[in-house]
Amino acid sequence: MLVELLRGLKTTFKMMLEKPVTIQYPEEKRPVRPRFRGRHELRRYDNGLEKCIGCALCAAACPANAIFVEASENTDEERYSPGERYASTYEINMLRCIYCGFCEDSCPTEAIVLGDQYELSFGDRYEAIYTKDRLLVPVTSGAELTPQRTKPGLYTRSVPEMKDPTD
Amino acid sequence: MAKQVTLTIDEKTVTVPAGTLVVDAAKMAGIDIPVFCYHPKMEPVGMCRMCLVEIGRPAIDRATGKPVLNEDGTPQVRFFPKLETACTNPVSEGMVVKTTTEKVQEGCKDILEFLLTSHPLDCPVCDKGGECPLQNLTLAHGPTGSRFLFDEKHHAAKHIPLGDLIYLDRERCIQCGRCIRFQSEIVGEPVLGFSERGRNTEIVTCTDPGFDSIFSGNTTDICPVGALTTANFRFGARPWELKSAASICGECPVGCNVTFNTRREVKSGGEIVIKRVMPRQNEQVNEIWICDKGRFAHHHAQDNARLGKPQVRKDGKLHSAPWKAALALAAEKLGAAKKDAVVLASGRLSNEDLFNLKQLADGLGGKALLYSGMGGGDLTTQFGVGQGTNFADMGAGTAILVVASDLYTQAPIWWLRVKQATDRGATLIVANPGETRLDKFATHVLHYAAGDETKTLAAQEITKAFAEAENAVVLFGSDGLDLNGSQSLAQSCADLLRKNGHVGKPNNGLIGVWKNANDQGARELGFRPVEKLAAALKGKTVYLVAADPADDEAKLADALKGADFVIVQEIVSTETAKMADVVLPAQAFTECEGTFTSGERRVQRFHPALPPHGESRPDHVITAQIAGQIGIDLEGGPAALVFERIAATVAGFDGLTYDKLAEVSEQWPIVGREDLYYGGTSYENTQGLGVQLAPAARRDA
Repeated sequence: MLVELLRGLKTTFKMMLEKPVTIQYPEEKRPVRPRFRGRHELRRYDNGLEKCIGCALCAAACPANAIFVEASENTDEERYSPGERYASTYEINMLRCIYCGFCEDSCPTEAIVLGDQYELSFGDRYEAIYTKDRLLVPVTSGAELTPQRTKPGLYTRSVPEMKDPTD
Repeated sequence: MAKQVTLTIDEKTVTVPAGTLVVDAAKMAGIDIPVFCYHPKMEPVGMCRMCLVEIGRPAIDRATGKPVLNEDGTPQVRFFPKLETACTNPVSEGMVVKTTTEKVQEGCKDILEFLLTSHPLDCPVCDKGGECPLQNLTLAHGPTGSRFLFDEKHHAAKHIPLGDLIYLDRERCIQCGRCIRFQSEIVGEPVLGFSERGRNTEIVTCTDPGFDSIFSGNTTDICPVGALTTANFRFGARPWELKSAASICGECPVGCNVTFNTRREVKSGGEIVIKRVMPRQNEQVNEIWICDKGRFAHHHAQDNARLGKPQVRKDGKLHSAPWKAALALAAEKLGAAKKDAVVLASGRLSNEDLFNLKQLADGLGGKALLYSGMGGGDLTTQFGVGQGTNFADMGAGTAILVVASDLYTQAPIWWLRVKQATDRGATLIVANPGETRLDKFATHVLHYAAGDETKTLAAQEITKAFAEAENAVVLFGSDGLDLNGSQSLAQSCADLLRKNGHVGKPNNGLIGVWKNANDQGARELGFRPVEKLAAALKGKTVYLVAADPADDEAKLADALKGADFVIVQEIVSTETAKMADVVLPAQAFTECEGTFTSGERRVQRFHPALPPHGESRPDHVITAQIAGQIGIDLEGGPAALVFERIAATVAGFDGLTYDKLAEVSEQWPIVGREDLYYGGTSYENTQGLGVQLAPAARRDA
């Protein structure tokens, strides 16, 4: 019996010398994996225009029916995204979302991306519905917020030129 | 019956009438040959080459004229060395068609690759995406990649308003010419055309204002790509997000079958709204078309301020009140008024609503008046068109008289169908005070001075045509006429028909071009307009339903002020409702169930598309609840039960049930199924074709 006890304690003492696997969350945070699927964000182009064109393919792909999109028309005086169409309403119900990433896969402009953010808590159900202004990333320095006034004929294409889908 | 021809398509033996095109024969046999430019309602042109198939015909020995036989005794079939278009080749005896061989598949693939060389591939932002023939056929038959250089894509203007209602995207256009042919062949208004040539070919409108046609919306249905889209639905929703409900258009008495597409909308505060109106196939009423009035007018209906709660006047002001109090007050006043009660209703209501109102008026001993300025209702019931009437069957040997009505604006689909009857050889006589758009298709055009309309009917052209014709139809309106004037015009029209024996038979009879969708139904159910309406309202207890006389005429507004008590049942806050003592909020026809009787006396069902607004209730239920408190037993349950009572009491409706109205039979062309490319995005009719009432002249015989 003593032998078994010592054998057990041997493991215990050995572990005392090793680095702990736990961390002091939330003071300390572990970096997420490159393909981690956290809370969504809506990306922008470098010039500040929104990538989202309101095509609602994400809503169609969503197995949990968590996304609601309504589109409107861009004008050169009030431009939100390249091309004719932009999402005037974009809502994701985070209580419904199962973080499968189908929305990201279906997006033709790489506008919706599942980010690193995983700390989600809501006071009520309405708060769980992320509207477009909460999902959109801030503009990079120097770029203009949407809507922008743009030169006519500059942004006629909604979908950027196709790149190799494997990268 | 036309001669039958037997041929083989993909090992399947098919027998079809001679003259059928291969593509249609295949469709009848359930074999899909992809098409872009071909449309079953139009003449084939063979422009897109999408329908290329292998066609073999039995070899004939030129010397003997007999078929050449194989060694085993079967007829030898010789295939043309190249692919042939299935849309331009009519079937012939012993023909063998192959649609799935490698050669055919290669052909499909190559044609699609060519079509896509300059197609922008902006499906994510295209309104057609999701119900697009080019998208579907590319997925089914297309190549996975293009051998053409992306940089050499032809770029063209993407957003051209052809008119106020239709936008053209030249880059998406594949030059199939369906829109051009629809306008010139079917409508007879060639307002679109091709301009330039080769790769620069583009669709242009050649009228000012652009796309000057009331049927323009139909081109967006038959456009096989997203080149033509409506301004109304632009970026409104993706097709797969829409829910649909079968209904009947409420804009005019034609009774076009439509489908309402609905979705939640942020602009409307998250309410479910009608996003677009699409045609629903009924070959006997509207085929697969609807007019722009029906397609685009629904927005106006939603703009107005809806009534959500009952209101009762207290101290000279209208205050919201609970249903119980409002109904009790209305019942008390109507019950006390007895024969001094007047029910004034319009043809905007369903048969069920009108039936209950009529029963209430009868139970009280009061009057049931129709709010309409057009007479002749008793005559259309008596001499209306016979059962089985279909404009599509009218051609040579049929005389059509259109009098005192501009069909183009009042009943556009009748205009279209009358025009098509003239294409088939019908004699058309148009008699109007002024020029109308129908004149150029008419055999005889008669213009008369106001007041001479009955005299005009005695014109030699008309009497001769009606005497000679095998079938004859009269469409009479009330342009420039009052109640008595239109009544006597209808009488003369009826006399003309009766004299020549054109009553009680299919494709013969009298049609009233009424103002509202169910004006004919109101007349069938016993509602009649009166000439001196103001006098009829004075000092009475008036129950107005779906009628707004105060807004229409100051005289009637005064008359209502002089009425004893005014109960208004409406969907929106009208001028009349503002004068009422009790206001009862009713459901719009888009929110409840019921039936309309079209001008051709076809009873058709409509289904709820939207949830009811606020506390509103269906009209027939409100009436039944009022009647119940007075002690008159009316059906206040589902509309189907009210319809049972109509069938039991009203002549002509006997034997009809909701189930009977919901019956469908196979219709040609086949539209609205998975294969949108064939007939366009018109909906298939699975909810019922309705039943045409027999005219009283027939019933008495």
